Amino acid sequence: MFRNNYDGDSVTFSPTGRLFQVEYALEAIKQGSVTVGVRSKKHAVLVALKRNADELSSYQKKIIKCDEHLGLSLAGLAPDGRVLSNFLRQQCNYSSLVYNRKLSLDKAGYLLSDKAQKNTQSYGGRPYGVGLLLAGYDNSGPHLLEFQPSGSTLELYGSAIGARSQGAKTYLERTLNEYLEIEAADDLIAVAVDALRQCLKDESLTTKNLSIAVVGEDKPFTVLDDEAVAPYL
Amino acid sequence: MSTTIASEYSNEVQNVPIEHQFNPYSDNGGTILGIAGEDFAVLAGDTRHTTDYSINSRYEPKVFDCGDSILFSANGFAADGTALVKRFQNSLKWYHFDHNDKKLSLKSAARNIQHLLYGKRFFPYYVHTIIAGLDEEGKGAVYSFDPVGSYEREQCRAGGAAAALIMPFLDNQVNFKNQYEPESNGTKRRPLKYLSVEEVVQLVKDAFSSATERHIHVGDGVEILIVTKEGVRTEYFELKRD
Amino acid sequence: MNHDPFEWGRPSDAAYGKYNSKIAEASPYPSMHTQQPIVTGTSVISMKYNGGVIIAADNLGSYGSLLRFNDVERLFPVGRNTVVGISGDISDMQHLEYLLEEMQTENNYDNQYADEEEALRPSYVFEYLANVMYSRRSKMNPLWNALIVAGLEDDKPFLKYVNLLGVTYSAPSLATGFGAHLALPLLRKVVDADKDVENTSFETAKKSITDAMKVLFYRDARSSRNYSLAIIDKEKGLVVDKKARVDDMVWGFAKDIRGYGTQKV
Repeated sequence: MFRNNYDGDSVTFSPTGRLFQVEYALEAIKQGSVTVGVRSKKHAVLVALKRNADELSSYQKKIIKCDEHLGLSLAGLAPDGRVLSNFLRQQCNYSSLVYNRKLSLDKAGYLLSDKAQKNTQSYGGRPYGVGLLLAGYDNSGPHLLEFQPSGSTLELYGSAIGARSQGAKTYLERTLNEYLEIEAADDLIAVAVDALRQCLKDESLTTKNLSIAVVGEDKPFTVLDDEAVAPYL
Repeated sequence: MSTTIASEYSNEVQNVPIEHQFNPYSDNGGTILGIAGEDFAVLAGDTRHTTDYSINSRYEPKVFDCGDSILFSANGFAADGTALVKRFQNSLKWYHFDHNDKKLSLKSAARNIQHLLYGKRFFPYYVHTIIAGLDEEGKGAVYSFDPVGSYEREQCRAGGAAAALIMPFLDNQVNFKNQYEPESNGTKRRPLKYLSVEEVVQLVKDAFSSATERHIHVGDGVEILIVTKEGVRTEYFELKRD
Repeated sequence: MNHDPFEWGRPSDAAYGKYNSKIAEASPYPSMHTQQPIVTGTSVISMKYNGGVIIAADNLGSYGSLLRFNDVERLFPVGRNTVVGISGDISDMQHLEYLLEEMQTENNYDNQYADEEEALRPSYVFEYLANVMYSRRSKMNPLWNALIVAGLEDDKPFLKYVNLLGVTYSAPSLATGFGAHLALPLLRKVVDADKDVENTSFETAKKSITDAMKVLFYRDARSSRNYSLAIIDKEKGLVVDKKARVDDMVWGFAKDIRGYGTQKV
């Protein structure tokens, strides 16, 4: 049977210059449930589709607050996401304690990148199996960042990761010029929820499976779940 | 240079060199006062900041609203006070992270502060700490701590430079100590009753203006934080600046 | 039991003989860190006005009562809207200068907004220094200084103090060392409360500071005539005058003082 010789660890290149372990990690994200992020000139919004293992189980948490101005949503391995969000919480905390300063989104992105990149260059470890969307508001305004296990972090106007996320991406590309100028947070949330709908197959959005977060000037990072999301359905 | 020292139990005195040591503490004056009412609590502190005979600042607040309707003040060595407030606020922040934004009860806050203080038992935070808020039944509550974490819930407590001046006044006016029913010939104690917010705020103002008269490290202004079920509000009153 | 607290926790001399501290190269004394400043700089003085802050410090480095160095710069600009003024031990000051340098390098690294939105602000610089000072005192190894951080933040004047104990405070006018006794009363005549800042012009503030520097030169034996003066202004930005000098002094009365001058009788 065919066996790939270059995917046993994350530090060995294949002859074609690929790191298979990293690519497999990207697959783990695609298995995860979808999450969408958008930003306007005033706010950044995250929405996510929560999954439950079966009817008896609770829903997996998708959005995590890291500080008053910063939070993230995840797609992929939730435990890995928890490790990274704890890391960001500590970094935010350090910045505010030592410098009385909000951790900038720029800096948060680089810190995550550095941490993830180490795994792709040291033996015995594995890359993080999770993709993150970071939303925050710092001194230079609202930002949306996408993090990948390879260690790359990119800033975007709109993004979607997870299962069937392409639908949302296409939708956001098409409507970019409209939502960029949106003033009200609620209107931006509506765009994000619409984008999320493009990723649904046979399920529909309910108060149980939709999670929303919003952040902006004078609006700390707020997560909405359960009944609080009803107005946006 | 040398000097002789002897402990109570030594048979002989010892001759040792005089050691000049860096003194990591100072006294930054100021005084604080917490009073619990039936459904409210206040925590007040003057805003003067001193070292020795110098006034460093006339407005340096030392009573803080830490969130979850918990008022906090640590009076004494200001650097330790600030450090302790920051540590408590941080502890509260992580409590929210770890417990899904659950509100920290005043009782639990008090126990947590004991650990912060006792954790530095052998290099103490040189402060008298008082917190105020509402208990789990909605009744006003005040907890006070010694520098190494020993604590107690009380109806009222004064701390800091003028504690000794204010505390007896409070005993008399809040807990009605040494007050007797007229015509009972000193046999029947005046029964306890809760004071209203207005009465308490007036009591605080009187306590601070009197302390200002008699204590050089107290003055400039008093900031009174009041917590009720509606939330926290702040009142500020000028004190003499001499 | 031996009730002498001096003997507690030690091997008994009777059983083991007197403890030889050379074993393990132990010192008979407790380990010691900085116990006193060596070369020192005197007061830093500062005040707010309606468009910014002024801060001044002279250029002398004293070795005890010896006027040892006469061209020491004690005002350090950090970024474009902060100045840190440092008094006390000069070598510790130079260590702080290094830390500030490092802080700026760090902020410029990988920071596309370093010149504008994410530039260093006075409150960031202050919080960092206050943490350094407090953690060093907590290690019983203090940096023997008193510092004032002056600057502009969100177009509002910023002024805060921190010293070797990690004690911090803020006021519309601040001074370290001798300045707290000699200069501060003069500055407080102008800005005592926060509300006075609004009614204080740059000219008034500048005159108050230069007059206070004159008083300090008159009365503080460890002060020098040359000093540096920094202004952080809403319109003018950060301006440092490193060639300031105490002028218009009145020494006429000196000739009449008997016993100290060169008079014959």
